[in-house]
Amino acid sequence: MKIKVIIACCLALILWNKAAATTLRMAFDADPVSLDPHEQLSESTLQFSHLVFDPLLRWKQNGQFEPRLATKWQRLDAQTMRFYLRKDVTFSNGNTFSAKDVVYTIQRLKRSPDFRAMFDTIDSVSMVDEYTVDVHTTYTNPLLLNIMTYVFPLDKAFYQGHDEIIKYGETFASSNVSGTGPFILINRELGSRMELKRNPNYWDKDTVGNVDHIILTPIHADSTRLAALLSGDVDFIFPVSPIDMERTKKMPGIQLVTLPSTRILLLHMNQKRRVEFQDVRVRKAINLAINKPLIVEKILKGYATPAGQLSPDRFLGHINDLEPEYNVSKALDLMKQAGYEKGFRISMMAPNNRYMNDEKVAQAITAMLARINITVDLKTLPKAQYFKEFDNRSADMMMLGWQSDTMDSNNLFEFIIACADAKTGLGAYNASEYCQPSIDDDIRQANREMNPERRLRLLQQIEKTLDKDAAVVPLYWQSLIWAAKDNVKIQDIVNDQNYPHLGDLFIETP
Amino acid sequence: MLIFLLRRLVQACFVMIIISIISFAIQDKLGDPVQQMVGMTVSPEERNQLRNELGLNDGFFSQYWRFAKGAIHGDLGTSYYYKEPALDVILNKLPATLELAFCAILIIIFVATPCGVLAAIKPRHLLSRLLMIVSSIGLSVPIFIVAILMVYVFSIELNMAPSFGRGQTTEIFGLWHSGLFTKDGLKHLLLPSLSLAIALMPIFVRLIRAEMMEVLQSEYIRFAWSKGLSAPRIYFKHALKNTMLPVITVGGIQAGTLVAYTILTETIFQWPGMGFLFMDAVNRVDTPLVSAYLIVVGGIFVITNTLVDLIYGLVNPTVRLASHGL
Repeated sequence: MKIKVIIACCLALILWNKAAATTLRMAFDADPVSLDPHEQLSESTLQFSHLVFDPLLRWKQNGQFEPRLATKWQRLDAQTMRFYLRKDVTFSNGNTFSAKDVVYTIQRLKRSPDFRAMFDTIDSVSMVDEYTVDVHTTYTNPLLLNIMTYVFPLDKAFYQGHDEIIKYGETFASSNVSGTGPFILINRELGSRMELKRNPNYWDKDTVGNVDHIILTPIHADSTRLAALLSGDVDFIFPVSPIDMERTKKMPGIQLVTLPSTRILLLHMNQKRRVEFQDVRVRKAINLAINKPLIVEKILKGYATPAGQLSPDRFLGHINDLEPEYNVSKALDLMKQAGYEKGFRISMMAPNNRYMNDEKVAQAITAMLARINITVDLKTLPKAQYFKEFDNRSADMMMLGWQSDTMDSNNLFEFIIACADAKTGLGAYNASEYCQPSIDDDIRQANREMNPERRLRLLQQIEKTLDKDAAVVPLYWQSLIWAAKDNVKIQDIVNDQNYPHLGDLFIETP
Repeated sequence: MLIFLLRRLVQACFVMIIISIISFAIQDKLGDPVQQMVGMTVSPEERNQLRNELGLNDGFFSQYWRFAKGAIHGDLGTSYYYKEPALDVILNKLPATLELAFCAILIIIFVATPCGVLAAIKPRHLLSRLLMIVSSIGLSVPIFIVAILMVYVFSIELNMAPSFGRGQTTEIFGLWHSGLFTKDGLKHLLLPSLSLAIALMPIFVRLIRAEMMEVLQSEYIRFAWSKGLSAPRIYFKHALKNTMLPVITVGGIQAGTLVAYTILTETIFQWPGMGFLFMDAVNRVDTPLVSAYLIVVGGIFVITNTLVDLIYGLVNPTVRLASHGL
């Protein structure tokens, strides 16, 4: 009798083990600063939003939209778009999801300091019936759908009444959460650990995703993160530093997945600080003297795409035949024509922990510019100090990386090259102090142009002007690099914005 | 004794004030905290408004005055990132660091003392020579190389110990999350405490050896030999006790090095303690947390040095604290 009981227990234990939860232990370089999805527009906040909330629609790997909480949408007139919502959805606390939540969320987004800039274009949202909303824009907006990927409906009944958005204090929304997403937060120790479990009532039953449990640990040091993966303590990491790439690739049981991202790295040449930079020939010469393909090959080990313009090929403004050009003798010639044959001395600043190998890239650029007799005094700083200097425009030449929130060229132009305007925030990152009114006009038009053909021409027009003026030095588009154990099928769920769709992640059990 | 402690208290206050002024003065160099709080696309005007709300546009003295007023009431400011009182955040992480330091100190005491004594008693022994070579290598190799090497060997290649974190913890008396009582917690402690100990061990081995050799030459030891006392009694009762005096002093000073090394060790092993918190705070420009950390660490220094002086008195009763002007 006793033996039977023991056997039964053992069997039960084995069966229980078989059915045991599939756990994903992941280590990223940052964790979300707040549970409030509207508090900060940052990569980690959006990664979190994709776990605990659902967007109305999201980007697929191929650059198309995928319906999520909105099942379909339809343009009613030039300024109105109708969204039809999914019906069988509940929030993690049991409340049912309906149009009121979408209206509420968009209104709240319009109050968020970080999201306001994007959502200003939406004039109002009206509820047609319980599962239909109309979104009205202040003027025609070709990017409305791109913006709507940032709408992760919040539970109105849960948040309303105590939904203030404060950056430097504890709020209800920053420490409580109710979403419709594939995962439910179970506990969180800010800065060191976050634990989520699968939402048993998740509406998307067709997904192949089988992760029941996620433990997210932010690990800041590259070597520690990689060691954690190699020693088997975690299953999935981001990012992998380029120097570790070769070694990681050779490890058995570990896979490396990369995607070209849309993040452009560039150099600003400050025309207000340096009279030399006001001469287009000097700016051209600098563009010609920097060997971008070599930087990508040697320093970034090929994990980037050399750039001759700002828009990556996924964006509308991209021009196929604008390739980066490298020609030192031509550059020397231009310097001679401009009267700077003997060269000059400039200061340059770059971050040393923000972009992939940023410090080494900056050093290489210093050496390349020396060949056209420009002596560069380079100073590299940690990102926290660097961006303060960047805002103060403290050096003649400054490095910047930019990823477009709307996945569109115009966002690049608005922030990087439009004439600076402190009130609207336009040109906030224009450390070139380059100001071309015709470009500002084109930007404004492209913001409202609904005809894709004409819009394409407008955006390409801007790229052409930038190229002609050599306004900035585009360097390359950085790639994203993830690593995981072989049985964790991450290649299907990562994307170029780095918001992995972990709800659809499939883990093979050995 | 009481006078000594009172004096120390007054000194401590001065030290704290100076540390707080310095930590305030460097804040400006750390970066812009507002930039860490907002997305890239928030306009300069809104950033400025936020800066005003946080009082960051006020002058140095009015900011310091505000801080000092709070500090007197035990409020060292609110962390921008954790959104909690900075002192609470630090005290939350203190147990992890103390446990790490405690284990490292245990390893140092139980490994360095016998090694140092052995090297002193039998200087020509092969093992002693080896110890000296190893300890001089240990002195010159930086801790992060040792730590990374250990991770590579013990967690990646041999899979013996986890590479990061603190593992499972248990709550003790409702106020202390300890990793000392679970197997998982101890396993996680192994590599970090070992690398911390390795960083500090060589100096103690060498110090104990040198001091002991000197003591062994002294008159009273020779007298003890001629009196026919047993070797263990001479070595451990008479010689070692007197050897320990300078070792304790150096130990007190090394407490500072220990704190500095915990920052490195915790960063490498992602150990959720104070040092790791500090590095994070610097990277995030969480200035209230940075200031609070510096003040707390300053306090720890003063306390350890006071303790060292007290122990000094116990080991050698001829040292009279108050009359030494300590």
